[in-house]
Amino acid sequence: MIEIKGLTKKYGSFYALQGLDLSIGEGTVFGFVGANGAGKSTTFSILSTLLQPTAGDAWIDGKSVTKHAEEIRKLIGYMPDFFGVYDQLKADEYLDFFGSSYGIPAAERKKLIPQLLELVNLTHKRYEYVDVLSRGMKQRLCLARTLIHDPKVLILDEPASGLDPRARIEMRDILKQLKSMGKTILISSHILPELAEMCDEIGVIDNGKLIAHGSVSTIQTQLQGEKVLTVKLQDDLEKAISFFEENPFITGIETGEHQLSFRYRGSDEEQMELLKKAVLANIPILSFAEEEKDLEDVFMAITKGVDEA
Amino acid sequence: MRSMFTNPVLIKELKLRFRAFKSFSGIMFYLLALSIFVFGFIFVSMEFNLSGFINSQESVLLFSLLTFVQLALTLFITPGMTAGSISSEREKQTLNILLTTAQSSFQIIFGKMSSSIVFLLLLLIAGLPIYSLVFLFGGVSPTQLLVIFAFLILTMLAIGSIGVMFSTILRKTILSMIVTYGSMLFLTGVTAFFFLISMRMNVSSTTGVTSPSIFAYFWGTINPIALMMTLISPEMLEEFYEVTKIHFPIWAGYLIFYSIVTVVCLFIAIKRLRVNMKKAR
Repeated sequence: MIEIKGLTKKYGSFYALQGLDLSIGEGTVFGFVGANGAGKSTTFSILSTLLQPTAGDAWIDGKSVTKHAEEIRKLIGYMPDFFGVYDQLKADEYLDFFGSSYGIPAAERKKLIPQLLELVNLTHKRYEYVDVLSRGMKQRLCLARTLIHDPKVLILDEPASGLDPRARIEMRDILKQLKSMGKTILISSHILPELAEMCDEIGVIDNGKLIAHGSVSTIQTQLQGEKVLTVKLQDDLEKAISFFEENPFITGIETGEHQLSFRYRGSDEEQMELLKKAVLANIPILSFAEEEKDLEDVFMAITKGVDEA
Repeated sequence: MRSMFTNPVLIKELKLRFRAFKSFSGIMFYLLALSIFVFGFIFVSMEFNLSGFINSQESVLLFSLLTFVQLALTLFITPGMTAGSISSEREKQTLNILLTTAQSSFQIIFGKMSSSIVFLLLLLIAGLPIYSLVFLFGGVSPTQLLVIFAFLILTMLAIGSIGVMFSTILRKTILSMIVTYGSMLFLTGVTAFFFLISMRMNVSSTTGVTSPSIFAYFWGTINPIALMMTLISPEMLEEFYEVTKIHFPIWAGYLIFYSIVTVVCLFIAIKRLRVNMKKAR
């Protein structure tokens, strides 16, 4: 559904995007992960025909975004990270305006608007002015707007940003519904665990480069070269520290009350050996466990690796 | 024609404009200013000639003054109505959403421009009953009034399209306002100054005006105040032809110049509204 080849955006000598290559299948929910300024919004702006790439091109449903911008606009529903609303319009008028902007006949709009408001749980706000709606409601209304012309692709730039936990959950539920409708969704977010829950694939972008791409589990395996181990102790913290410091596979020891954690680069066999030696050295170990890594750890580790390189 | 009335941006803009209190207060103050001026003039005239009536010459004077008041209001209100049309959408972060819809750039610019013009036309039409008071006293023909209105509308279109163009090109509304008001001042003030200089340069102290002055004609013909003066007073028109030695109708020159300005500005606005994705990189 979406093909991106060598997509580059340069501002003077600064690369906002460097040779991005990506392929996203139909019906896929693709999560774009990256820090602020990493290039997510630039990619979305190019795909939404708002920005001209310096090099490369992208195709949506076989149509080039640089050559067939008008057709692309009918194929996509775009929700920017920051957006305003027209203060003096009511929720249904807001949707009606955008419906007419896509050339949907008035009779059809009349049927569509209640359905869309129901989808985003805003039926009760139909005749309210848009400016009195809460932020979460505005986000949902904007999402309903992106759906008014039944686009094949949804490009959602941080749709959950600035929302309270309840509004986030509501937004996530709506997105799950859209996923079940077979829409191809591109979504960016800083709330990485949420992305992991809904996305089929994830792309990690940093400094304009795609540094990891694949399913959530694939990306997590990229971290397997290094794990974080936590050791809980009964006492004798100092003795434990000096024991673990001697091991060449261990770096970054952090201590807490009766516990310490460190990064470990050795194999599973070497890890077993390490535990055995610690017990033999009379270190009073209560537990010896590998920390569960969530997507945020993965992201931090990957981007850190890139920066260091 | 049908598409004009189904233009989503035009409908939305009209809805927003007429829901805003400032639109109604704007019309009210405009009519109030016009009324104070007209009734003040009538009152002062009757007090001065001690006859208790207004003669037709005074009626023509009232008509002339009203025309200039209307022109001044048009020149000052139009930039304010149009110079923020696109940039304010950008500032309110609604433009990107609008640009990703299936509407063409022409539709968006046309909708923005026409909604401002429609409101300005409403101002002119609302002022017509006050304007028409001059007919009570004679000395002015309805045709003259229609011609003046036609040129006011043309001026409004031209200044409006300059405003829309700058609003599209410049990111900030305040900057767009300054540049549009600057353009308006150039077209009314600086052109008058250039006209006087070119005219002076063409006058010999011994033989007077002997050769045609294209520059004087050009600066005079594009000046809205000069045009209005010639439309009100045929003597002014004769004088203008006399000093420029060019007998091409001044209204035609004005019509051509401002039609070109309107078309060029709207064309630039349409072209610059969206990024040109096909442009060579």
